[in-house]
Amino acid sequence: MAGEESRLRITKSDGVTRVEFLDRNILDEANIQKIGEEISNIVDEDDRPRLLISFANVDHLSSAALGTLITINNKVKNRGGQLRLSNIDPQIHEVFVITRLVNLFEIHEDAEQALASFS
Amino acid sequence: MAEPTHSPQHFRAELPRDTGEIQRFTGEVIEAAERMGYAKAARFAVRLAFEEAVSNAFKHGHAGLDRSLTLLVEAEVAPDRIRLVVEDRGPGFDPGAIADPTLDENLDKPSGRGLMLIRAYMTRVEFNEAGNRIEMLYRPTGEQA
Repeated sequence: MAGEESRLRITKSDGVTRVEFLDRNILDEANIQKIGEEISNIVDEDDRPRLLISFANVDHLSSAALGTLITINNKVKNRGGQLRLSNIDPQIHEVFVITRLVNLFEIHEDAEQALASFS
Repeated sequence: MAEPTHSPQHFRAELPRDTGEIQRFTGEVIEAAERMGYAKAARFAVRLAFEEAVSNAFKHGHAGLDRSLTLLVEAEVAPDRIRLVVEDRGPGFDPGAIADPTLDENLDKPSGRGLMLIRAYMTRVEFNEAGNRIEMLYRPTGEQA
């Protein structure tokens, strides 16, 4: 349930659900768990979900946030869907490089590129 | 705009499992680093390492223990170094026993990245013998501070 306290902006067009974060820091575990549940519910809504998560405006994230993204990615794959990430700040992108998660996720420079990549 | 200061600044607190308190302490350390002239990349590294250490201490160090237990945290911000200490009240752990999260077979596992990120961003990381106290040292390179 998105509800009043949602820290996400969710829009849907052309069969792709686009998720953006309202917070600059994605660090707090309780908040991360809530975000994870909310996105997970979105994934459950479609048989072959096509999901774009944009990190525009996000300055910091924690390993717990990475864990939540991995869980979402696993869930999307299990449902035969596609997940794309975009608009990642260079310093946060370095975190994806250090953890080798650039090999797990399909990351695009901006939302337009990411949207064009869905098959 | 505050004038840059070069006198080492010390911070010490008993940190409860409270997001506001954690962010307040972290913010004070990061602001001190900014006043000391540390660049954005350095502040990003210090914040990330400290937050991961605190998160690990509560989540793993205090697993199964009283949620009211606090952490002892310390920080020293000086022009040539930032030293961070996080000590929990748990029995400790063996940092050598953590699986490498960057191996292909572990890439899709959602946990186990905190310590490797701390090691990647800090100049030196040490544990006490019990494994319930982590000391992290950040030394700036020419471009970072």
